[in-house]
Amino acid sequence: MTDQTMTPAGNPQTWTRSRTGWTIFIAACLLAIGNSVLPAGLVRPPEWLVLPFADWINALFVFVRDDLGLLYLTRAFADGVEWLLDVTANLLYGKNRWPRIGPIPWTVIASIGFVIGYALQGWRLSLLTGGTFVWIAVMGQWKWAMETLSVIVVAAPFSILFGLVMGILAWRSKTFERILNPVLNIAQSLPHFAYMIPVVVFIGVGPKAGAIVTIIFSVPPMIRMSLLGLRKVPHEVIESGHMCGSTRWQLLRHVRIPTARTEILVGVNQVIMQCLAMVVLASFIGMPGLGQKLLQLLQALKIGRSVEIGITIVLLAVMLDRCTKAWATKQPEHFEKGTSFAVHNKFLLLGIGLSLACLVLAQFIPLMDQIGRRDAFTISKPIDAVADWFIVLIDPVTQWLRWFLITWVLIPIRDAFLWMPYAAVLALLAAAGWAIGGLRSALVCLGFFGLIAMSGWWDRAMITVYTVVVAVSIAAVMGFPLGIWGSFNEKRASIALLICDTLQTFPSFIYLIPVVMLFGVNDVAVVGAVILFAAVPLVRYTIEGLRQVPETLIEAADMSGATKMQTLWKVRLPMALPTIMVGVNQSVMFSLFMVIIAAFIGTQDLGQEMQRALSSTDVGKGLVLGLAVAFMGLMVDHLVSTWARSKKEALGLE
Amino acid sequence: MKFRKHLMASAAAMAMTAPMAMAEDSSDPIIIPIHNWSSQIVMSHVVGQIFESMGNSVEYVSTDSQAVYESVRLGDVTLELEVWEGAFGKSFNEALAKGGLHDAGDHNAVTREDWWYPAWTKEACPGLPSWEALNDCAAAFATPETGDKGRFLGGPVDWLKHDAERVEALNMNFTVVNAGSASALWAEVAAAEKTKKPVVIFNWTPNFAEAVWPGEFVEFPAWEEGCDKDPAVGPNPDATYDCGNPANGYLKKAAWDGMKDKWPAAYETLTQISFTNPQIAEMAKLVDIDELEPEDAAAEWLEANEDLWKPWTGS
Repeated sequence: MTDQTMTPAGNPQTWTRSRTGWTIFIAACLLAIGNSVLPAGLVRPPEWLVLPFADWINALFVFVRDDLGLLYLTRAFADGVEWLLDVTANLLYGKNRWPRIGPIPWTVIASIGFVIGYALQGWRLSLLTGGTFVWIAVMGQWKWAMETLSVIVVAAPFSILFGLVMGILAWRSKTFERILNPVLNIAQSLPHFAYMIPVVVFIGVGPKAGAIVTIIFSVPPMIRMSLLGLRKVPHEVIESGHMCGSTRWQLLRHVRIPTARTEILVGVNQVIMQCLAMVVLASFIGMPGLGQKLLQLLQALKIGRSVEIGITIVLLAVMLDRCTKAWATKQPEHFEKGTSFAVHNKFLLLGIGLSLACLVLAQFIPLMDQIGRRDAFTISKPIDAVADWFIVLIDPVTQWLRWFLITWVLIPIRDAFLWMPYAAVLALLAAAGWAIGGLRSALVCLGFFGLIAMSGWWDRAMITVYTVVVAVSIAAVMGFPLGIWGSFNEKRASIALLICDTLQTFPSFIYLIPVVMLFGVNDVAVVGAVILFAAVPLVRYTIEGLRQVPETLIEAADMSGATKMQTLWKVRLPMALPTIMVGVNQSVMFSLFMVIIAAFIGTQDLGQEMQRALSSTDVGKGLVLGLAVAFMGLMVDHLVSTWARSKKEALGLE
Repeated sequence: MKFRKHLMASAAAMAMTAPMAMAEDSSDPIIIPIHNWSSQIVMSHVVGQIFESMGNSVEYVSTDSQAVYESVRLGDVTLELEVWEGAFGKSFNEALAKGGLHDAGDHNAVTREDWWYPAWTKEACPGLPSWEALNDCAAAFATPETGDKGRFLGGPVDWLKHDAERVEALNMNFTVVNAGSASALWAEVAAAEKTKKPVVIFNWTPNFAEAVWPGEFVEFPAWEEGCDKDPAVGPNPDATYDCGNPANGYLKKAAWDGMKDKWPAAYETLTQISFTNPQIAEMAKLVDIDELEPEDAAAEWLEANEDLWKPWTGS
């Protein structure tokens, strides 16, 4: 890295760097001003520059699929996954497959939930775990929730195992890590729809495709966390392992992995959260259950009932999150020698006992076995009524807002983005790159956006960029003050973070409908939906950044007689800025994902084309579009992390 | 339920779940695709339950309504019950050309997809349903993003509806805005209903929306064969698409080529199945208005219409 050459203060190189940045910036401005006299080849990518990437990718896919016969391999693998799915499907909701003993009565699963929660942390958690299952059953969503879970209980362990193995391999071999890293970066910034298309080609549709898409989506954080955990194992621990004469396998199995336990369990937690995030999206390629039902209900405009499903998904996410976190922080219990089996395994026995009791009871009381839709409760009517009331109430405001934003903000900004010659945009990005990280960053920026220009989707990409820029800016205006407000005391922080968590796990599709009802099908609705998502990481990281400022610094400021405002502006915010920028980075990522989903409202950007590619199963086009979006995210990520690193060094935080 | 049976006598449970006779049909499940609109889902369950009553086992899988033809072709799913001429004719014909699936007969129902407005719109534009009248009151449909022009909310671009071409060919004072999904269309109508704002959107029949919001299709110059290819056809001699969509498109069933041999009895039934527009609307209504689950709605519909479907099963 160039950072080693930097010295903290008054360093001449940074000065030159920013001057070069400014020079390129002026060049970019000149290019923009001269728009009308520029040769056409600088305004929009000339035809010879646009390469048929999609055709190449498609040719490669056809070769791999048919000539190399990969299709047989993937289909065979998918059949294996399908067999497992059939087993869980039979147990959980009684699909007619081997072993043909399901469905397990809901009371049995709920009581197991209670016991697991209690064993992990005590009463509060047991109320959450058991209560979630009771809610699902009482709301008549049991079958759909079990359909969803039947896929997740196969996908999540697979992801965890696969992620762990990849993490170990990457930790053992530097070369492997070097190959894996860019793959993971792209995988994590590629919009979901882009890799759903190849999955449809290689795996087909149905629960198995849903499971595999979920695995692909959830594995990267697991790999990263296992690698991180294994790296952090202290040398002393390994040495003591060596001294006991462990073999390499024993060392890994009994020393390294247990020591890296906390990181690995955080990875497990991430896997589960990602699995739940995919519930709705995976239903586009045939994952059954809650997601599919949600889309059907939205299609018929049943907001109240889709909100009920949204609540279930949030509850499941919160429950699994709390359980894995409790598991991660719970240290293994040790019993004295000679403790009886019953004490040792009291929770296991309690679980078995309760399940058996429920099982027997379910034979006599049908409601303890299954609750059908007819017997179930619903809260959809009041939700619909509240939604209606709200929409009518704020209609005058939204009408005005719609008119104002469209005429005075969105259309002008959008036209400006589309008016810019592509050469000027590239120069502008190079200038930003150079100012932040020198030649290397400038080249990175040019490389990413140059490829977008060469993909032939420049105009659409600019519309995506415009939506993200507007949404993140508005989200920042709302999110920063909220984050600052939330950072002042523990109670506010926990409220704000709870709202963030809920917004993040609540299925994004549900927002799309009320937003359309408020603003109609137009850019205001799209930006509005994206803002909700973009604001979450901004609030979260602002709170975290501000709360992490060392107490001593704030005390020092207090002692020098700084007012609360002064402490905030002169001490806390500058110190928290690197963390806040990570939030900005995340916010851009979230927005990019959401912009693609907002194609369901109606956009004219990359997302719309991606939707088209999905319905015509055009692998090449889908991947090219997906990569274009990924490159935008990766470029922002590069710039922000480079900037944050140098800033942190300057602040002496690292 | 089966759990209990298993506990009591597992052998009995096995017998319960094993498909009953109907010798020649394979015991593998018939895979029926379901999409994201209610009439198709209920119809799929209706047909699925008919197959089940014949002793077949049936499974449902949710798929994209365009990509499904590729799956039928490969045999990943066995059939498709709603092939709309306007919306899916192209995908169907492409798959047909590649081979692997075939036409399993038309429903009695006809489909129509075109510009449509909810009843309250007529107050703002009394001359409707004529398209000239619509064009004259374009200003009533103007929005900030379309300026002075009226706004027509079309379906997603991948439905390939050529609305923009029609606007140009008929020299209409409208701008086409494409919604990204059917839900977005309904959300617009539902929002417009609250303030009785005039809107004109893309809609189709049979559809649940007719039961929720009464309305009419806009009458464009009638469709003539070749209107989409030959500029001479239609009122504008220099442009294609200067006409409405066909007012009586087909609604077909498609089947995987292998179905005939694997499930001959079920295939025979499939070719005979034919629903009418009111029947399809009734199925949609059971779910969309009466809030039944698709499975229950199908069971209820079958119970009420035994005379209709029993003969199809050949019993």
